[in-house]
Amino acid sequence: MNKEPNEEAAATEPSRRSFLNKLWIGLGLVALAEVVAVVFAFLRSNKSKAREADSNAMVTAGAASKFEPNSVTAFVRGRFYLARLEDGGFLALSRKCTHLGCTVPWVEKEMKFACPCHASAFEITGEVISSPAPRPLDIYPIVIENNVVKVDTSKPLKRSEFRTEQITYPEKKV
Amino acid sequence: MSSPNVKPGQPNLFQRIWYSIFPHTYKEKDERRPYWGWLNTLVLHFRPKVVQERTLRFSLTWGLGGMAAVLVILLFATGMMLKFAYQPVPDRAYESILHLQNDVFFGQLIRNIHHWGANILLIVVFLHFLRVFFTGAFHAPRQFNWIIGLTMFILVLGSNFTGYLLPWDQLAFWAVTICTGMLEYIPVIGEGLKQIILGGTDLGPATMSNFFAIHTAIIPACLLLLLPFHFWRVRKAGGLVVPRKPDENPATRGEMVPTIPNLILRELVVAAVLIAFIMLLSVVYNAPLGAKANPGLSPNPTKAPWYFAGLQELLLHIHPLFAFVVMPLIIAGVLILLPYIPYNENTAGVWFASHRGRRMAVVAAVVAIVFTPLFVLADDLFFDFAAWIPGIPPVVSSGFLPAAMILAALCGFYVLMKRKYSATKNEAVQAVFVLLLFAFIIMTITTVWFRGEGMALTWPWKV
Repeated sequence: MNKEPNEEAAATEPSRRSFLNKLWIGLGLVALAEVVAVVFAFLRSNKSKAREADSNAMVTAGAASKFEPNSVTAFVRGRFYLARLEDGGFLALSRKCTHLGCTVPWVEKEMKFACPCHASAFEITGEVISSPAPRPLDIYPIVIENNVVKVDTSKPLKRSEFRTEQITYPEKKV
Repeated sequence: MSSPNVKPGQPNLFQRIWYSIFPHTYKEKDERRPYWGWLNTLVLHFRPKVVQERTLRFSLTWGLGGMAAVLVILLFATGMMLKFAYQPVPDRAYESILHLQNDVFFGQLIRNIHHWGANILLIVVFLHFLRVFFTGAFHAPRQFNWIIGLTMFILVLGSNFTGYLLPWDQLAFWAVTICTGMLEYIPVIGEGLKQIILGGTDLGPATMSNFFAIHTAIIPACLLLLLPFHFWRVRKAGGLVVPRKPDENPATRGEMVPTIPNLILRELVVAAVLIAFIMLLSVVYNAPLGAKANPGLSPNPTKAPWYFAGLQELLLHIHPLFAFVVMPLIIAGVLILLPYIPYNENTAGVWFASHRGRRMAVVAAVVAIVFTPLFVLADDLFFDFAAWIPGIPPVVSSGFLPAAMILAALCGFYVLMKRKYSATKNEAVQAVFVLLLFAFIIMTITTVWFRGEGMALTWPWKV
């Protein structure tokens, strides 16, 4: 009868040991999760700061009357084209080809954007004339205050097709 | 034989220091080994004492694994030196390379060695991969080492690609722009993935610090872990695969010979010849450096680095979702599972599996060499699925349809070859592999040498 408590202890020993082992593994996993979280948080905030630094996203293009209808003006620092359509409306087009991101130059003679990388071509409205580009050039929001054209270059807007709502007109439309 | 410290007075201070570092070199005078004996014992920590004599044959390995290891060491050494001269900021990077080339003693040479070494490493590991495949050295017990090798191949590719950006010239900037542009076509995660890699929406300072960190820390660290793992698994598998003739019994084993000098001497010769070759190349040809990167001006044509040129060629013909995502994923999946396919027999050690395997490989190569250029030409000149079947989205007409046709053609080829030659699964799988390999090589050549302005087909001397 004396032995009984001992036997009981022997019986509980493995389960206690396995419990402690599991505890260690669990703690280890928690520590691993912490490390992963720290690494991600580190990499993330590093990235978002770089974006905040880009504060001069609002580009003032100039007086609306300065731009001829049916013309395209390049803004090198803002990285966009300001296109004035025939009816006097404005479109701010990203200069990045929607195929793989090359910079598309405006070819005045042929009145089109022609990508040098894979021969995509776009209309003055950004519509695709020839593939492989899958969608029209991205656009940036335009605000026209007191006849001055301002372009918000913080975020390009993707579009699947050209629609007239995308055009911004000066206040006093003739 | 007791510890040298117990015998005071005999060795002088310098000897005592020497023996404390290399205790096994301490012997009584008459049994003292040559002074470089410790080197041998060091070598035998990495290499077995004896090796199969037949695995020493140069035509088994072509020394490719050893070459890759030598190149990695060479790249580590030159890379560390370059780190002292290079400044990973867009405004400074290009100038720091110019400074390195023009003002630093041997700066140009070190950069050349790093450049050519990296390109040759990529070729060497690719050939190593082919050698392992064609000698059947992926069968058990080497299955997992095949996967480790594939992982390191991806790492070498990543290292070459991240290093490509660092000079920040026009070539680098636009090649990386279009390669990261491909990421956008991955559904759901593509956009986010691109932003993580670029550190924003455009190629800029954040991209450069990302690439620099990956190139100089992450990938080297991974390679340092995986290389010894790879070597250790070779030893665990009982050394290299033993070469044999197609009709030879795999159980026959040859003579064992001591590693020193038989294997080590051969490895040293290969290493010396390789280093001499790279030296010569670096003295004669400079690593290219174009004009400084200009984000406003894409050069015409803009090409991906040569090792992605095959992919770029595919992109010209097939919708990016399929060319860049679906088809590479299928190929990667098949490559990973390749050693785990239930084969009829273990052909380890036989070049191209059998006599029949060799004939079928030649047929597959010829088929690829004939039909790939035809496909490229036909697609450039006549095919226009998008126009022929209007009204359905381009993902289907120029993506799903041609991809499905290619897949069907491959399956047809597999069945046809298997029937016609009454071949085993090993031989038929190998034939499809050869077909894809040659198609890929021809597409790479097409983009590198036969595509000019606007990526239109042209002759090499007009590119």
